[in-house]
Amino acid sequence: MKHLIASVAAVCLLAGPAFADGNLNIYNWGNYTPPDMIKKFEEKYNVKVTVTDYDSNDTALAKVEAGGHGFDIVVPAGIYVPIWIEKGLLLEARPDQMENFKNVDAKWANPNFDPGRHYTVPWQWGTVGVSVNRDVYKGDINTSSILFNPPDELKGKINIVPEMNDVMALAVHYVGGETCTNDMTVLKKVRDLLVAAKPNWVSMDYGTVEQLAQGDIAAGMNWNGSSFRSRLINPKLEYGFPQEGFPIFMDNAAILADAANVDNAKLFLNFIMDPENAAMISAYARYGNGIAGSDKFMPEDMKTAPEVNIPPELAKAGFAIETCSPDVMKIYTRIWTDLQK
Amino acid sequence: MAATQPNTDLVAANRRETRNRWLLLLPAIVILLAAAIGPLIVVVLYSFLVAGDYGGVVWHFSWDGWLGVFTTSDPFDGTLSLADAHISILWRSVKLSALTTLFCLILGFPTAYFIATRPVSQRDGWMLLITIPFWTNLLIRTFAIMGLIRNEGLVNGFLEWLGIIDQPIQMMFTDFAILLGMVYVYLPLMVLPLYASMERLNFSLIEAAYDLYATPFRVLRRVIIPAVKPGVVAGSILVFVPSLGAYVIPRILGGGTQLMLGNLIELQFGQARNWPLGAALSLTLLVMVTAALIVYVRASANEGE
Repeated sequence: MKHLIASVAAVCLLAGPAFADGNLNIYNWGNYTPPDMIKKFEEKYNVKVTVTDYDSNDTALAKVEAGGHGFDIVVPAGIYVPIWIEKGLLLEARPDQMENFKNVDAKWANPNFDPGRHYTVPWQWGTVGVSVNRDVYKGDINTSSILFNPPDELKGKINIVPEMNDVMALAVHYVGGETCTNDMTVLKKVRDLLVAAKPNWVSMDYGTVEQLAQGDIAAGMNWNGSSFRSRLINPKLEYGFPQEGFPIFMDNAAILADAANVDNAKLFLNFIMDPENAAMISAYARYGNGIAGSDKFMPEDMKTAPEVNIPPELAKAGFAIETCSPDVMKIYTRIWTDLQK
Repeated sequence: MAATQPNTDLVAANRRETRNRWLLLLPAIVILLAAAIGPLIVVVLYSFLVAGDYGGVVWHFSWDGWLGVFTTSDPFDGTLSLADAHISILWRSVKLSALTTLFCLILGFPTAYFIATRPVSQRDGWMLLITIPFWTNLLIRTFAIMGLIRNEGLVNGFLEWLGIIDQPIQMMFTDFAILLGMVYVYLPLMVLPLYASMERLNFSLIEAAYDLYATPFRVLRRVIIPAVKPGVVAGSILVFVPSLGAYVIPRILGGGTQLMLGNLIELQFGQARNWPLGAALSLTLLVMVTAALIVYVRASANEGE
C-alpha cells in the first residue's frame, strides 16, 4: 500500500509541470493563427491553448450565438464587431486600459466599429482585391473587372470568396456607388452585374491558397494576405488593388461574454499587442497587424511584399468597409440568393 | 367468489406488469421524444417565424419561410415569381441522387454477385475490402478525389502525358465531380445489402434455368433479379437517402456554385441569415426522404406477398 501511494505521488510529481495553469480556447479564421506564437504564449503563461477554425464571419456568429461553444477568444471582422456587441456576445474587457495598448497604431486605436476599443484588439488588417495567375492573363489586374467583366482568358477560371459583404462592397464601388448605399438604381445595377458575371465563375469557395497555387483557378477575388501566401507557393500569382475601389478590413480579437478562462484571455489580448508577437501573426498569415513598431520584427519579405504595401497611386481607391443597415443587408441577401442558382 | 379471487389477482399482476413495462420503457421513450420529436418541433416552429436581422428568429408568425421555398420576390419591383434558384437546386439534388443510385447499382450488382459466388472461405476477405474505405474519414476521401480530378491532378496529368488531351479537362466544381464523389463514397452501402440477399440465393435455381435453355440475360431477369430484389431496394434507399442530403461532397467538389439541398439549407443558417427559410427547406427535404422510405416500405411489403 505504501508502495502504491509512493508511486502515485511520484507520478503526480513527474506529471506536475505538464499541467497548465488553465486553458485558453481560441476560435479564429482558418490559416490565421501562428503556431509558434501560440507556443510562446503557452510557455510564457503555462496555459494550454486550443485553436479551432472557422471560415466565415457568419459561421462564427451562428455557432457562438447557439451557445455551449466553450470558446474564450473570437476574431470577427470589424463590420461584424457592432453585431457581436449589440447581441451581448462580447465581454467589455477594456483592452484600452491594458499595458500594451500603447503599441496600437493611432490609425487603429479608435475605430468606428469599436469606439475607444473597449472590446477588441487589432489582429490583422487587409484589403479585398484580385489574385491573378500571370501565366494565364497578362493585362492590367488593378481592376474589379477581372471578376465582374472578365477577359476571355479568365472566363470559367475565377473563384469568388463567398464573403457576401466583401463581394457587395467591391461590386457597389465597381458600378460607382457609395459604401452601404440604399440607392435602388445602384443596387439593381449591382444585382444585374453579379448575375451576369456568375457564369464566368467556376467556384465560390473559401480556402483559395491551395486552389490558386495548384491551378484549380486562375484568378479570383481574394484577401491580400491569402494571395501573398499563394504566391509563396506559386510565384506566377499577382495581387491587384481594384482602382474602382477596394475594401479595407480589420479582424479583431475579443473575449466572449461567456468565456470560461477570462484571465487567460485577457493575458492573450495584451500579449498580441506586443509588437514582437504581432509580427509573428503577420509573418504567418501575411497581413498587416495594426501594432506600431512590429515592422522591425517582421521577416524581410513582408516589408517589400506588393500585396501588403498599397501602391501610392492606388491608395485613394481604398475604403473602410462598414456595417450596413439591416434594410440594405436584406437587399444584399436577396441579391446573394440570386447568385446561388 | 373463491374462483374469481386468483383471477383478479392475475389481472392485477398483469396490470402491474404492464405498468412496469411502461416504466422501464419510459427512459427510452423520453429520449426518443426529446431527441427526435423535440428538435423537429423547434424546426417546424422556426419555419413559421420571421427571420432576425442578424440570424436567429423574431417571435412573430409568418408564412415567409414556406413561401420562400417555392417563390421569390424581386427586391426591386416586388413581383413574386417561382423560386427558380431553389427549384434548380432541388432538381440537381434529385437528379444527382438518382444517378448516384443508378451507378452504384450498375457497379455494385456485379461486385456483390462476384463475392457471393466465391467459396465461403474467401467471401469475408472480399467483404473486408469493400469496407476498408470506411476506415478513412469522409473528408479525407473527398479531398483525395480532388487530388485526382483537379486540373493539375493525376487524371489530367496522365491524359496529357498520353497525349490524348492538350488542355486539362475541367472536372472539379462540376456536377460530374459531385457524382463521382457520391458514387465512390456510397457504393459500399449498395454492395452490402445486395451481397446479403445474394448470399441467400439458391444457385441451383440458376442451374435449373440454364437446363431449361434460358439465355444468361433471361436468367438474370427472371431468376436472379426477382430473388435479390429486397437487396436492390434496400441498397437503393441506403444510397438515395444520404445522397439527397449530401453536404460535404458537393461543398468540396462542387466549389460552392453547384449547390445541393444540404448546402442550400446551410446557406440559410449562415450567410443568408434566413433561419425560417432554412427550417422550411429542411422540412421539405425531410418530406422527400420520408416519401422515398414509404416507397421502400411498400416495395418490401409487396415482396412479402
